[in-house]
Amino acid sequence: MVTAFIVIVFLAIMLIPFIRAKWKGIITITTVCILCVLTGIVSIQALLGISTEYTLPGTLVTGEIAIRADALSAWFILTINFTFFTGALYGFYYMKAYKEQTANLSFHCIAYILVHSSLISICLLQNSLVFLFVWEIMALASFVLVIFEHHKQETLKAGINFLIQAHVCILFLMVGFIWVISRTNSFDFKAISDFSLSSSRLSGLVLFLCFFVGFAIKAGFVPFHTWLPYAHPAAPSHVSGVMSGVIIKIGIYGILRMLLLITSDYTTIGYIILIVSVISGIYGVMLAIIQHNLKKLLAYHSIENIGIIGIGIGLGSIGMGTGNKILTLLGFSGALLHTLNHSLFKSILFYAAGNVYQATHTMNIERLGGIIKPMPHTAVLFLIAAVAICGLPPFNGFVSEFLIYNGMFSGFQSAGIAFLSSLVLSLFGLVLIGGLAILCFTKAFGTVFLGSERHHFNHIPEEAETGKLIPMYLGTIFIIAIGLFPKYFIMALSEPVSLYTQNVHFKNIAEFPMIETLSMTGICSFGFIVLSGLIFLIRKKATANKTQSINATWGCGYVGPTNKMQYTASSFIRTYRKLAKPVLSVHKKKKLVQGVFPIDGSHETHPYDKSEEWLIDYPLKQVKYFFNRFIFLQNGNAQFYILYGVVFIVGILGIPVLYYAVKSMISFLNQI
Amino acid sequence: MISFFLIIIASLFFTGIVIRTKSILSGRKGPGIFQPVKDIIRLFKKGAVYSETSSFVFQIAPSIYFASVVMAILVIPFGTYNSIISFEGDFVFFAYVLALGKFFMIISALDTGSAFEGMGASREALYSMLLEPAFFLLMGSMSLLTGHTSFHDIFTTLHLGSYISYALVAMATFVMIMTAMVENSRMPIDDPKTHLELTMVHEVMILDNSGFDLGLIMYAVNLKFAMYGTLIANFYFHTFPLYITVLMFFGIQLGFAITAGLLESFTARFRMNHNAQYILTLSCISLLIFFGVLLVLGKFI
Repeated sequence: MVTAFIVIVFLAIMLIPFIRAKWKGIITITTVCILCVLTGIVSIQALLGISTEYTLPGTLVTGEIAIRADALSAWFILTINFTFFTGALYGFYYMKAYKEQTANLSFHCIAYILVHSSLISICLLQNSLVFLFVWEIMALASFVLVIFEHHKQETLKAGINFLIQAHVCILFLMVGFIWVISRTNSFDFKAISDFSLSSSRLSGLVLFLCFFVGFAIKAGFVPFHTWLPYAHPAAPSHVSGVMSGVIIKIGIYGILRMLLLITSDYTTIGYIILIVSVISGIYGVMLAIIQHNLKKLLAYHSIENIGIIGIGIGLGSIGMGTGNKILTLLGFSGALLHTLNHSLFKSILFYAAGNVYQATHTMNIERLGGIIKPMPHTAVLFLIAAVAICGLPPFNGFVSEFLIYNGMFSGFQSAGIAFLSSLVLSLFGLVLIGGLAILCFTKAFGTVFLGSERHHFNHIPEEAETGKLIPMYLGTIFIIAIGLFPKYFIMALSEPVSLYTQNVHFKNIAEFPMIETLSMTGICSFGFIVLSGLIFLIRKKATANKTQSINATWGCGYVGPTNKMQYTASSFIRTYRKLAKPVLSVHKKKKLVQGVFPIDGSHETHPYDKSEEWLIDYPLKQVKYFFNRFIFLQNGNAQFYILYGVVFIVGILGIPVLYYAVKSMISFLNQI
Repeated sequence: MISFFLIIIASLFFTGIVIRTKSILSGRKGPGIFQPVKDIIRLFKKGAVYSETSSFVFQIAPSIYFASVVMAILVIPFGTYNSIISFEGDFVFFAYVLALGKFFMIISALDTGSAFEGMGASREALYSMLLEPAFFLLMGSMSLLTGHTSFHDIFTTLHLGSYISYALVAMATFVMIMTAMVENSRMPIDDPKTHLELTMVHEVMILDNSGFDLGLIMYAVNLKFAMYGTLIANFYFHTFPLYITVLMFFGIQLGFAITAGLLESFTARFRMNHNAQYILTLSCISLLIFFGVLLVLGKFI
C-alpha cells in the first residue's frame, strides 16, 4: 500500500511536465482520485474501529518509520480527500483560462498532487523527523500553489509572507520535537507520550504550548493569522478553497493529535485554547465584515470558523481535565464535525467566488451586484453555503454549532465559578460570532448577487460552465445531508471521539441522549423545509389569479432611480463600523461635495488589521530602525565584503583558541 | 399542541390591543381590536407589485420568514403541557430558526436595489445580532438554575421558591419584553408609525413588499408578539391546573399588549446611533440574572 502510494505520486509527477496542458489536468484528477481511493479504504476501516499500523524499516537517520491510521487520522484524511477531489475537478475547468502557461501549469499540477499526498502523509506518519520533512514539502508545495499568478507583485508578496510564517510554524514544531528527542532518543510519536508521562506536568504543558503555537500558525488562530488574509485572495480559487478547507485544518489535526499524545494538565490547556479561540472567532468575523474583497472576506471567515472549532476543542479538553465525559464527547464531536462542515461550505464559497471572478474580473464587492440573474446556479450555491456557514438550520453548520452549544450547557451542570465564567464568556462569544456572521454574509450575498450592477461590466457576466458547478453541487449534497441526517455523521464520529474518552463510545453512555436529539434536529430541519414549501405553495395558489405587475423599485415617489442610488456594502455596515471602531483599523479618504457647483466627491475606506499593525508592523519597524544603524556595513564594495568574510573566518577559528587561552590562564592563576 | 393554538388565538387580538391602548391614551376612539387582522386578510386577497430589480429571493423570502416564525412557535410549551417539538437544547434551535427567517428578510431587502431598504436591513441585522447574546445568556442561566436544556423541562422545573428567584423571573420578564419590542421593531428602538424612511428599521425594510407577501410579514409580527408573550407567561405557570394557566395566559398576553401600548405612548424613540448601546444593556441584565442564579445555587464561593 505504502509503495503503491509513493509510486503513483512519483509517476504522476514525472509524467506531468511532458504532456499537453489538458492532459496535465486529467492526470492530476486521476492521481488525486487514486490517492483518495487508496487512503479512503484504510480510513473507512479505521472509522469502523479497525485501525491499521505499518512500520517501515526506514533509514539509519530516521530510524523505524511508524505509520498509524487511527480514527482521528481517518476523519481528517476523508475530509482532505473530498475537498481535494472537488478542488481538482473545479481547478480543471478554472485553469482553462490559463492554458497557455504550460510550464506554470505543470508546476501547479505537481504542487497540487504533492500537497494532497503530503497532507495525507502528515495524518498517517508518526515519526517526528519524517513528519517535519513532509510538513516542509507541504509548506513549499502550497507556496507554489499560492503564487500561480506570480507575475503580479501582490501575489508574490502574499506568497512570501505565507512562506515565512509557514517556516516560523515549522520552527516551533522543531523545537518541540527536538526537546522530546533529546530526552528520549526516539523519533516515534510514542516517545512524546512517554516523555510527558515521565516528566512534570509543567513541562508537559510547555511542550504542548510549543506545539500549539506551531500548529496555531498553520490553523490561523489570532494572533498568528496574519498570513491567511493575504494568501487566500492571491491564490487561484480552487487553491483558496482547498487551502481554507483543509490545509489550515492540518493545524487543527496537529493540536488534536498532541492532545492525544501529551498527558498534561488538560484543564489549563482547555482554558488556553478556549480563550484563544473565542478571540479568534470574534476578531475574525469582525474583520471579515469590513472587507471589500470577496475572497479576503472569506479568508477572515476561515479564522472565525477555526475559532469555533477551537471552542469545541477547548471545551473537550476541559471535559478531559475535569472528567466530564459528556462535555468531552460533545466538545470534540462538535469540533470534528465543524472541521468537515467548514471544509464543505468554505470550499463552495471560494469556488463560487472563483466563478464570479472569472465572469466579472473583479473581486471588489462594491463593483459587483445583480449577478444572480445571469448566474443563478452560482448564486443559489453561494446562498446555501452562506446560510450553512452562519450556522443556521436546516444545513450542516447548525449541527456542529448545536453540538458545541449543548456541550456548554452540559458543562453548566457540574462546574465551579472559574469554569462557569469561561463558559459564559464562550457562550457570549459563540452567539456573537453567529450574529456577526449573519451580518457579514447578508452583506456579501446581498451586494455581490442581488440588486443591480454597481459598475458597468465590459463583458456581460455568464453562468459558469457545468464542469465548475458539478463539484459545487457535490459539496452541497453533503451540506444538506449533514443538516437533515446528522445522526449518521455523528455515529461516524464515535470512533475518533472515543480516543479522548478512554474508549467510551456514544452508545455506551446510557444517559447520552444526544443521538436522539440530533435526529430530532434533523427532523425539525426537514419539517422546516416542508413548511416553507407549503407556505410558498399556498401563496402561489392564493395569488394565482391576482394581478401581478412589475414596476420600478419604490423610491419614495422618485421614479428615476439609477444603479448608483442603491445601498452599497460600505453603507450597509456603516453603523457596525462606527460601533466597532475601537477594535478596527480603517483608513478613510474623504473628499466632500462642496460649493454651489460641486465637481466631484469621493469616499474610500481601506480596512486593515489592528493586530497586524501592533504585532507585525510595529516590531518590524523597530527592528528595521535598529538595523538601519548598521547600514554603513552594506556599502557595496566587494573588498569590504571579502573583509567581512575574513573577519568571520578568523573569528570562528580564533574564538576557541582565545577561549582555551583564557581558560588555561585562569587555571594557571588558580594554581598560584 | 395547546400552546400553538393559544398563540394563534392571542395573535389575532394582540396588535389590536396595542393600538387600542395607544388610541385611548391619546384621547382617540381608535379602531376595533380585530382591525389589524382584518387588514391582513385584505392584504391576502390583493394582487402584488414586484420591483423589476428583484429576483426569486424576493419571492421566497416572506414565506421562509413566516415559516421560521411558525417553526419557532412549535417549540414553545404551555406550562406542563409539552410543545409539538421538544428536545435538549431546543431554545438554540428556536433562536437560530428565527435568525434564518431574518437572514432571508435582510437579503430580500437588498434584492430590490433600493436606496432605502438596505438601511433598514442593515439596522435589523445589527440589532438582532446584538440582541441574541441577551436571549442566550438568559436561557443559559435558566438552564443552569434548573439543570435542563429544553424549554419544557426548564419551565416545568423552574421553582418559584426563594425571593431571589422572583427577582430573577421579574428581570427575565423585562428582558423578554424588551426582546419582543426590539425583534418586532417597536418603540424604544423603532417607531412603526414614523413617516420618514431614514428613521425606520423594520418598515423601511419591507417597503417593496405588497399583497400576500406583506400580509405574511404583518401576521408574522403578530405571531411573534404572542410567541414572546407565551414565553413570558411560561415563567409564571409553575404547575397550576390547565384552567388557571389558560386564564393566566390571556391575562399575561393582555398585560403584555397593554404594556407595549403604554411604552409606545409614553416613551420617545431613541436616537438611531444609541440603539446599539441600549440593546447591549439587555445582555448586561441577562448577565445579572446569571449572577443571580449563581447566588441561588451558592456557587459564588
